[in-house]
Amino acid sequence: MPATNPLYLDANASETLRPAARAAILAALDAANPASIHQFGRAARHILEKARETIAQHCHARPQDLIFTSGATEANALAIHALGANRPILIGATEHDAIRAPAEATGRAITVPVTQSGIVDLAALERLLADHPGALVCLMAANNETGVLHPIQAIATLCAAHQAMLHVDAAQSAGRIDADPLGAGATSLALSSHKLGGPKGAGALIMAPTMADRLPPLIIGGGQERGRRGGTPDLPAIAGFAAAITAIGPDEAHRLQSMRDLIEDGALALGAEIIGHDAPRLPNTTCLAVPLVAAQTQVIALDLAGIAVSAGSACSSGKVARSHVLDAMGLDALAGCAIRVSLPWNCQDDAPARFLAAYQDSITRALHKADRSHIASAEPVA
Amino acid sequence: MRVVVAMSGGVDSSVVAGLLHEAGHEVIGVTLQLYDHGAASGRKGACCAGQDIHDARNVADRLGIAHYVIDSEQAFRRNVIQAFADSYAAGQTPVPCVACNQHLKFGDLLGLARDLGAEALATGHYVRREDGPTGPELHRAVDDARDQSWFLFATTRSQLEFARFPLGAMASKAEVRAQAARMGLPVADKADSQDICFVPSGSYADIVARLRPDAVEPGDIVDAEGRVLDRHQGIGRYTVGQAKRLGAATGQVVTRIDAPRRRIEVGPRHAGAQIVSLRDCNWLIDDQTQPRRAMVKLRAREAPHPALIDFATGTVTLEQPSLAAPGQACVVYDGTRVLGGGFIQ
Repeated sequence: MPATNPLYLDANASETLRPAARAAILAALDAANPASIHQFGRAARHILEKARETIAQHCHARPQDLIFTSGATEANALAIHALGANRPILIGATEHDAIRAPAEATGRAITVPVTQSGIVDLAALERLLADHPGALVCLMAANNETGVLHPIQAIATLCAAHQAMLHVDAAQSAGRIDADPLGAGATSLALSSHKLGGPKGAGALIMAPTMADRLPPLIIGGGQERGRRGGTPDLPAIAGFAAAITAIGPDEAHRLQSMRDLIEDGALALGAEIIGHDAPRLPNTTCLAVPLVAAQTQVIALDLAGIAVSAGSACSSGKVARSHVLDAMGLDALAGCAIRVSLPWNCQDDAPARFLAAYQDSITRALHKADRSHIASAEPVA
Repeated sequence: MRVVVAMSGGVDSSVVAGLLHEAGHEVIGVTLQLYDHGAASGRKGACCAGQDIHDARNVADRLGIAHYVIDSEQAFRRNVIQAFADSYAAGQTPVPCVACNQHLKFGDLLGLARDLGAEALATGHYVRREDGPTGPELHRAVDDARDQSWFLFATTRSQLEFARFPLGAMASKAEVRAQAARMGLPVADKADSQDICFVPSGSYADIVARLRPDAVEPGDIVDAEGRVLDRHQGIGRYTVGQAKRLGAATGQVVTRIDAPRRRIEVGPRHAGAQIVSLRDCNWLIDDQTQPRRAMVKLRAREAPHPALIDFATGTVTLEQPSLAAPGQACVVYDGTRVLGGGFIQ
């Protein structure tokens, strides 16, 4: 049963919908098919192309290089399908399944290790680039679980030096940090509407100008998106996507970071460890670990107290599973004991105090219990 | 009170959650994901949840209770599936449901329930927990046909203290289904689960063969004097008391499995022993010093035998000789009450 006045701290799973996005969705609900030749079609097309311009501009790209998709998962899959054909595909060890699964499905995926801080190991990347000429490198700008940022500029420079292409999964970073992966030299960029306060159901793949024109589509159909993605676009979602990206406030990141830092100070005082603490990170995200308290126990206890956080990335079964991201960072047993707190754009000032009170309750209860035997299942088998 | 309900997605545990919710408790449904359903069904890329997990979530949603899915694959693989195969490779006949109850339901899940500040863990087992003069007692279910007490003998007294079994008092499965229908639960007409949940096709030998190929290497079928009567295709396909797959020895039964020599020993159908030694015993009585007469069940589905039980040594002396299969449970009853039991050596 939901606690009264629940507190949502799981923005990296899905940002809270921004009011401007809601208004844009509602305004676009009656739109016709943007491919139709009549005035209704033209009106719909106006919404679609305005949205394309807005989002492209935000990403320092040309509108014609932006392909709307159903989300970042599809954008990533399209990038790997279109750019990665017959090439080695280098992926970061902490990538989201939206990159890992399609890359591994090609049978040509090679994993690039990360450091203990969760940052891609540049020396290892350089060696792999030298060993695998003409590769497609797929890396996330910001990690969904830890918020750790990869140095996209340095990565792009390495890729250019080895004639490799670079696809950046910007699902978590877009709107949260100032970054220009395309300007840095990336070949393509994946975006997600609902990670930046728009609705679910929209995303985009944005290409560098030289790459965009004839990409083999993943979904073949009526020639929409200039033949690069078949299917009538989800106009309300796309309109909401564009409205959300415009609505991001200039001081939002700073405000969220102050609250995030309050949470981290409090958590450290309770004996928690902060994963990726010494790395550059997203302002709204923290990954907190308490040795010996299983992540699933913490997430459930907090949920029962009305605080919504997560562990690992959301799986369609809803199970609380072990994090491959934290495993890749070499955290061993601690990997099974970490939760992610990610503050939404509209986070209230009392959130840090409310979170910390419930957090203290849940870990104290679990740590003071005599029987620790069940923890065994949260730890790796020797 | 806050109570965690182990929800499998079946009708029984769904009704337990519903009844406790109706009674005004704060019910937290938890489903243990025991194995990768995508892998089990051979569908690559299928995400983890099987139909049972979806059903459990739908029931929790219908009731309006919190529900969580816990990844218990690793613990289940180690403590139940691997132990199952190892047991066959050692010439024994395991009871995986007992291992699952011990390690998963009344081990990990009970620990989680305590961590969450719950006061009880309820399951859909057909047994009764009664408050006795010196603590909780475990009793057979009212519905004899559904009784699962044999599978729960290893529940310790401290686990029993925390456990609740609302279905033990139900007159019949029909009554449970009627309750499910009354509460509008989407699983009211769902079929009962199979015997061994991780053997979907019913061919347990395939799993044993995969995990312990040594258990399916051929060997000899011999008589009590060691004379070779025929060949067999792996000791993992046999259990003491079995009459099938004996080739030239048809008409007899398996009396012993000699794992090191990969021999299946056969004898006449009336063969058996009077003394049965137990290991890993769990007794649910205060005084374990005095041997006493009671009834024992050496198999899940059989009529109880009278016997003398020495609790201190785990020795059971049967009044009539019987073929006891090593690895199976020997559960001791006094009337409806379970006094405990152990695994046959």
